[in-house]
This record gives sequence, C-alpha cells and structure tokens, in this order.
Amino acid sequence: MTVVLNQSLTGISIGAVLLLIALGLTLTFGQMGVINMAHGEFIMAGAYTTYVLQKSISSAGLSLLAALPIAFLAAGAMGALLEWLLIRRLYTRPLDTLLVTWGVSLMLQQLARDIFGAPNVQTTAPDLLTGNIALGGGITFANNRLFILGLALLSVLALTLVLKLTPLGRRIRAVVQNRDLAEVSGIATGQVDRITFFIGSGLAGIAGVALTLVGPIGPTTGTNYIVDAFLVVVVGGIGQLKGSVITAFALGILQSVLEYSTTLSVAKVIVLVAIVAFLQWRPQGLYTLRTRSLA
Amino acid sequence: MSGFSISRRGLLAGISAVGTSAALGACGAKTGDTTSTGSGAKADTSGDTVKVGLLNSLSGTMAISEVTVHNALLLAVKEINASGGVLGKKLEPVSQDGASDWPTFAEKAETLIKDDKVVATFGCWTSASRKAVKPVFERYKSLLFYPVQYEGLEQSPYIFYTGATTNQQIVPALDYLKKRGLTKLYLVGSDYVFPRTANKIIKAYAKANGMHVVGEDYAPLGSTEFGTIVNKVKDAGADAVFNTLNGDSNVAFFKEYKSAGLTAKSLPVLSVSIAEEEVKSIGTQYLDGQLTAWNYYETTPGAANTKFVAAYQAAYGKGKPTSDPMEAAYISLYLWKAMVEKAGSFDVTKVKAASDGIELDAPEGKVTVDGATQHVYKTARIGKVGSDGLITEVWNSGKPVKPDPYLKGYSWASQLS
Amino acid sequence: MTTTTTPAPAAVTPPPPSLPKRLRAPAALALGAVLLLGLAPAVLSDFRLNLLAKYLCYAIVAVGVSLAWGRGGLMVLGQGVFFGLGGYAMAMHLKLTDAAATGETLPDFMQLYGTGETLPWWWKPFADPAFALAMTVLLPMTLAALLGFFVFRRRVKGAYFAILSQALAAALSIWLIGQQATTGGTNGLTDIHGFFGYSLDDPVNQRMVYLIIATVLLLLMTGARRLFTSRYGELLVAVRDSEERVRFLGYDPANVKLVAYVLAAGTAGLAGALFVPAVGIISPALIGIVPSIGFVIGAAVGGRASLVGAVLGAIAVAWTQSTLSDAFPAAWTYLQGLLFVVAVGFLPGGLASLGAVLRRRRTATATTAPTTGERP
Repeated sequence: MTVVLNQSLTGISIGAVLLLIALGLTLTFGQMGVINMAHGEFIMAGAYTTYVLQKSISSAGLSLLAALPIAFLAAGAMGALLEWLLIRRLYTRPLDTLLVTWGVSLMLQQLARDIFGAPNVQTTAPDLLTGNIALGGGITFANNRLFILGLALLSVLALTLVLKLTPLGRRIRAVVQNRDLAEVSGIATGQVDRITFFIGSGLAGIAGVALTLVGPIGPTTGTNYIVDAFLVVVVGGIGQLKGSVITAFALGILQSVLEYSTTLSVAKVIVLVAIVAFLQWRPQGLYTLRTRSLA
Repeated sequence: MSGFSISRRGLLAGISAVGTSAALGACGAKTGDTTSTGSGAKADTSGDTVKVGLLNSLSGTMAISEVTVHNALLLAVKEINASGGVLGKKLEPVSQDGASDWPTFAEKAETLIKDDKVVATFGCWTSASRKAVKPVFERYKSLLFYPVQYEGLEQSPYIFYTGATTNQQIVPALDYLKKRGLTKLYLVGSDYVFPRTANKIIKAYAKANGMHVVGEDYAPLGSTEFGTIVNKVKDAGADAVFNTLNGDSNVAFFKEYKSAGLTAKSLPVLSVSIAEEEVKSIGTQYLDGQLTAWNYYETTPGAANTKFVAAYQAAYGKGKPTSDPMEAAYISLYLWKAMVEKAGSFDVTKVKAASDGIELDAPEGKVTVDGATQHVYKTARIGKVGSDGLITEVWNSGKPVKPDPYLKGYSWASQLS
Repeated sequence: MTTTTTPAPAAVTPPPPSLPKRLRAPAALALGAVLLLGLAPAVLSDFRLNLLAKYLCYAIVAVGVSLAWGRGGLMVLGQGVFFGLGGYAMAMHLKLTDAAATGETLPDFMQLYGTGETLPWWWKPFADPAFALAMTVLLPMTLAALLGFFVFRRRVKGAYFAILSQALAAALSIWLIGQQATTGGTNGLTDIHGFFGYSLDDPVNQRMVYLIIATVLLLLMTGARRLFTSRYGELLVAVRDSEERVRFLGYDPANVKLVAYVLAAGTAGLAGALFVPAVGIISPALIGIVPSIGFVIGAAVGGRASLVGAVLGAIAVAWTQSTLSDAFPAAWTYLQGLLFVVAVGFLPGGLASLGAVLRRRRTATATTAPTTGERP
C-alpha cells in the first residue's frame, strides 16, 4: 500500500513537470496549431535565466522567485520575436513550421553552448526546497516536487482565468474558433497571435525555472522534454487545457507505476507504444474541440 | 509514349548490366582470406614533423567530457614538442571531431589514417565510439590510444588502453565495500554498454563473495526522472548504491536522492563515472561524503601530479579541475613517446613490440605497460568527495594492479564470457 | 492565360532549353550513370569513394522522402525507424555469417554481453541470406503498413502523424538500447567483416559495395520517376493539394497515401541495409528523433518534390557536414539550423526551384509560390 501511494505521489510529481512543460504548448500548438520545436529551447532559456540570476543574486530563494517573472518575460520575448520573424509567414504550412523551428532550435542550442559552455551548469536550490515532507507511514513528498506541483496548478489556474475572463482571452478564443470572422469583427488577429505566442513561450520559461530544481541545466535541457510535451498535448486533445492536465498526470502515474515493477527504459517504451496505440484508436485525443472545419 | 518507355527500359537494363558487371568484375578477397589486404595506409614520417591524430567529440552531447580530454592531449603534445619532440621530430596534432556520433567516429578515424597519415591516434570516450573505430584501426594496422576506464572484455592488437579495465576499478571498489561490510548493493546505471557489463561483473562477484544485489535499474541516457528509482532504492534495504550513471543523469539522481532524505551516512553511493569535472557540475552539496572509484584524483600526491595540475591550469584557466580520463589521456602520449623511442622507429609493429615494460612516473603514480594485453598497470584508488568539491583518497590498492581485461585471474568470473 | 491558370508545380526541374522534353529523363539518367558508375570510381580514392557510398545511402532515403513528402505531402519524420530496421536486418545476417566463418555459433557481442548460450529465436531466421535480404525491405514496409493503415483511415492530421512518428522513433531506439544482450545496446552492431562471402576489409570489395549502392540508387530513381508520372503519381499530388476534393471524386485518399508511405519506408529500409556494408555499423544513434529529422533535411534543401533535387540535396548536405564539421564544429550546427530555416521557410521548393523562383521574381507576373506542404 505504501508502495502504491508513494508511486502515485512520484507519478503526480512527474505529471506536474509534464504539465508545466506542456502548458505553453496547449496555447501555441493547441490553440494556434503551430508545431514549435524551439519550445524546448524556451524552456532552456528559462533554466539559464535562473542560473544567471543566481550568479548575480547570491540568495538561492530570492533568485528563484525573481527568475519566475524574468524567465517568463525573456522566453516570451524570444517567442514573440520568433513568431514575428518566421512563424507568421508559415501559418498555412504547419508541418513546415516544424522543420523551420527545428532549425531555430539547433541554432539556439549552439548559441547556449557558445555563451554558457558545453558542460551543464547547476543552481543551488533554496534550503526550504531540498528536504521532504513526511506524510506518515513511510510516505514522503519532496519539497521541490511540491513547489513544482503548486507552480503547475497555479499556472493552469492563471491561464484559465486569462482565457475565460479577460478581454484578451476573449479575443484569443475568437481567433482560434474562427479567424476570418474575428478579423471581420475588428480584432487585430496578427497582434493576438503574437500575444498568444508570447504567453505560450513565457510559460515555457517558467517550466525552465522549475526544471532547475530537478535536473541539470544544459544546451540540450529542452530537447530532452520536447517530444513528451507534444505527446501530452496530442493525447489530451488539441486545444483542450482540461485534456492536457488529465493526460499529464495520467501519463506520470502510468510511467511511475510501470517503472516500479519493470525498469525506467521498459516503462518509457511501454508508455510511448501505449500512446501510439491510443492515438490509433482515438486520433482526436481525449477531448475534442468541435469545429466546422473539414480537415 | 510506348517508344518512350521502351527506350527507358533499355537504359534501365544497361545500367543494371554496367553496375552488376562492374561489381562482379571487382571481386576481391573472400571472407577468411588471410592475405594482408587494406594495409595501404602508411604513416608519413618523412618530414621534420609527424602528425598525431586527436579524435574526440568536440560537438554534441559527449563534448562536455571529451573536450577536457582533448585539452589534456594538446597539453601533452605541447610539452613533448617543447622538450624536443619524438625521435627529433616535432608532433603536429590533427584534431577531428567525432561529433558524439559513432559512424562519424569511424569516418574520422579513416580520415586521420588515410588522409592525414598520422603515426598514431589518441582519443574516443564512449565504448560505442571505440567499437565503431576498432575495425578501422585493425583494417589499416594503425594505433589508437584509448584513455577512458571501460568495461573490459576487449583486446584489440591495434589499441592501447591507458584507462582502467574492470579489475583496476570495479573489482577493487567491490573489495572496498566488502571490507567495510556493505554487502547489500543496489545497482543504478545509465542504459548503455559500460553499466550493463559492469553490473554483470558485479553480480558475479557478489555471488561468489557473499554479497547481495538487491536491485538493478537503468535509466536512458539524458534521463532526469529518478523519483521511482530512488523510491525503489529506499524500499530495497540496501547498504550501498553502486552508481554507473553517466554525467548528465547524475545531477537529477543526486538531487532526488537528497530530497528523499538519503545521505552519504545513511546510504552511501559509490560512483565510477563521477570525476572532479562532474562533481563541479552536480554540486558539492549533493555529493558531500559520497564515494568514487578511479585511479587518479586531482589531489593525488606526487611531484608529477603537482606539475601536471599546474601546467593544465596555466594553459586552461585557474581552478579548472583535472580528472582521471584527462590524466590517462595525458600519459597516453608520453607512453607512446617512450615506446617509439625504445623502438627507435614510428613503425607500428616495432612500437608494439617495444611496448612491454615501458614505465612512467605518471601523475597517478607509477604506471607500467603490459605488452601482452596492451593495457597499463594502475593503482586503484577509492575517494571521498569533500565539501570543497575535491576528491580525497580514502583507500588504495597499495601497488599497481596488473590489468586483466577478461578477468581470467578471477575464478568467479569464469562464467562471464 | 491571365486569370485562370494555376502556376505550374514549381518543384519540377526546369528543362535544359535545348533538349526535347521526352528525352530529358533518359538523358539525365544516363548522365547520372556515367557520373556515378564511371567517373566517380575512376577518379576517387578508396576512402572518398566509401564516403560517397555513405552519402548515396542517404540519397536513397531521400528518394522515398521525395515520394511521400514531396509528392504526397506526408511529413515522414520516422524514416530513422525504417532505416534502422533495414540496417539491423542486414547487420544481423552479416554478424551471423561472420561468426560462422570463425566457427562460432554466436556473434561476438552476444558472447560478451549476453548469456553466452543460445541464439535468440528471432535471430535464427536471419542466418538465411534470402530471408534477411527480404526482411530489410519487408520489415519496414509491414510496420509502415500497420501504422499507416489506421492513421490514414482515421484521417489523422499531419501534425499528429509527425509527432506519432517521433514517439515511435524514440520508443524503438530506447528498446534497442535496453536489449544489449541481443541487440548490442548503444554500441549497435559493429565490427562487420564479411558481405555475402566477400571480405569487406579488401578495398576492391568496398568498391563493389559502392557500385551496388550506386546502381540501386539509379534504379530506384528510375522507378520513382515512372511512378511520379503515372496515374498514381497524379493522384498522389492531388491528395496532397486537396484531399477533400479527391475524396469527393470517389477515390480513397487513405489508400493513396498508404502506398506512398509504405514505399518510402521500404526505400529507407533498403538504404539502411546498404549502409551497413558501406559504413560497417548500425546503431540506435541512427534511429532516434534527431536522425529521423535529419533524413528529411537533404530533401528539403534540394527540393522535396523534385527527385533529382532531393537526391542531390541529400548528398550535398552530407558532404558539407563531413567537410565543415572538422574545421568548424560550431559553425556547422549554425549552418544546419539555417539550412532548415531558409530552405523550408523561404524556399519550399528547395534549390531545385531557385531558378523558377528567380525567374518569376524578375518578370513579377506570377502569383504566390505554390505550397508543397499541407494546408490546414
């Protein structure tokens, strides 16, 4: 029983990481249909932001808190720039966007290598986040994982509120549901695209800050996560925040339970094959957005 | 339209005919022929300089580790040239980038041998890259000096192994754990050849020595999710963790380890792939007090090491750590130099014949080349990571251990290969 | 002429002005044959010729990419999987014959890393040369057929399909790495010395391997050319440009796509099989997500819809990488990134369309460039 509970908690923490890295994609991929392979490099940018801040502010806790908004802005700005330079020219060719942004991702990785060096760098976690909470009966939950879980849920909440309640959110939804009609109604769709991309990429930056608590920071930090992130969005159903949240936690728990009885490699293969099989059966994902478009 | 397709068909037949006849006309040696074929590559020793090949990943995922080895090799070349070169000839280093990609390593090895006509090549890190270039060096009868501790079970006539084989690193580490009474082991490794082979050896050793392997787990290279593995380690009731994880994954593993409340006191981890460079990038607060097994540490006493560390830091920056693979790479050039001078020739056969018994007062202590296995006698050293990020020795094997890549001298290993 | 004409497919290579159109294809083929089978072996050293053999393997993959992606609009991002399956099928056979030649029953790596006792059952049939050769093509084609059958029937969109392919590539490479005792793990299958009875250590036989690869490439190009101009080829382009209209006309686009996808997979498998004797190694590193994306870049640069463009693009990119990465490892990565951005983003027809694009820009009469990718 302890094992099951402990593994579920581990699964939830894996799910929280998955959710955080996929959250930005639910906007850029889910809402806008852009396959941005450079999303991983925005995560990397967020991670390096934390590293740079910690070098200038010595307090680990303070630099982590400061990194959240700064990484959001930095990664968001990179995203908006990418959208303006390249992606807006490619909205009619989503698959080509994949290859173009893959090229961008290669260049950004090399740039990180040239700036920060090829070896991984590390940040010091604040003392508060290095221990764990004992829940009794041998069940523990690591503090850093709790922080990531909180951050992920908070981001989901904030994103939902922005999309549902603000005028900006209304405009974003209008553009997603019917671009032409939105344009006719006087919405500057180009501008809305850029802002959406800014928020989506900014969320990747926040994910990057969180990742410094669990793993190394290096030029390939983002690439290691990118396919997992896309899978979460695809399985959840494109354009469905709810679907992504459920999928992230479901995949996390599935992975950790399988892993306990087999090995990490085997669990990973099973999860990937299960996803492929699931998509064969339900290609639209868990939830579908009903649209009138034919394709 | 029909005439068109006939002409095309004719052309098609023509091409196949040309292709096949050319192929058949070119029948060369059959498999198993022992006539010397393909040894057309002659090293160029005619000028005032001779070329030495440096084959490391300067880009890609392995660049992190291999660039430091490349630096150490360049340092040795510079020092040797400053002291007059080899047989009166200056060395000209030719660097090729293996790009962390195994077929590329094979291609670059061939470039070094055929195009640059190098007298010897130094480099490779991963087992996969070594396995990829091995047939190339064997085909052209050219020499490779391989500087990294590895999984053993190999003895190519054209490779000199200057890093540790398993009986100079893993077996002594197990001896040390047994001596301390840590008999229940949990094995954690990255999913590639070295950890899997090392763990096979560990399991055979444990069986024969009254130790128990209570768990075994592998993580894909670059993996950062260690929650479950740490949970399993905690539940298994182990005395110690034997860690063969590769550089990157160690960061995530030790962060998770500490979060779960495990420490060097409660459950020590003995790592065989964490050297000074890695300690720096993982963070000392996560490694404080944990154990490592190598043949060399930056703190190893001796004049040769003081000189090496000073020279390295003068060349590449103050505070840059030196590590075991770097040291093994550095001495590989000096060992080759000694072999060439003893042979009085750059000729591969003569150099090989001269290799047995070559001695060097290396930074790691005295090393001796074993001509029969083309490995090196090395002293095994267990170290402890200090809070300053340096590793200090807590135990050593007392004298250099004779290399035994196939573990023939160990009865418990008879079932291994 | 002024209002109703749709722009001609930019992808088709502009004709050399003097040659009659109907003789162009045979002439180009003859030229290719002279260059690859005559000139290259005559002027190149053994080593260079062997490198060219490796590039030609990538070019063979590009033939399939050109068919599925260029003509069919299917983003094939899992070619590494099929390349790997073909390569492993061939390498398994060669390892077994190598072992048999030295009187062993097990390949060398199994004795070292495996249990060292018996050959796994799924290795056994590969001792038969005919079976192994058939498998180099049939394994990838079967997997592609299974995958494609469901995916295309359920009208999975391009984005899903691309990500699905990547998940599969990741899964296969992790699996191969995990099964070290029977697959060689990260090392892959290396140290291959014989090729159907001929020693690969002999440079003469290496030349033979080159000639085989070059011949296969030329034959495949000829076959692909005929397919492009056939009724099926027309239908495939129609599916790419407007799947719905094709469906309304009574055709089943799923089948049309499936055929292209399966053929592309078989081609990649064949390329993988030929890669093994030429380079002497097949490993999981050639299968994962990154190499799978790498396989399409050559075709994208040269011109995905133009057969010759895709093939030349694949050769050129591989050659540039091998030349440039020595001197400037960092510069190569930037250039590779830039190639993706420029070739795919701004020149979707690849270099093959450069002439047409420039001409159009000069006369400034044409409408927007036709897209060869998928429309949303």
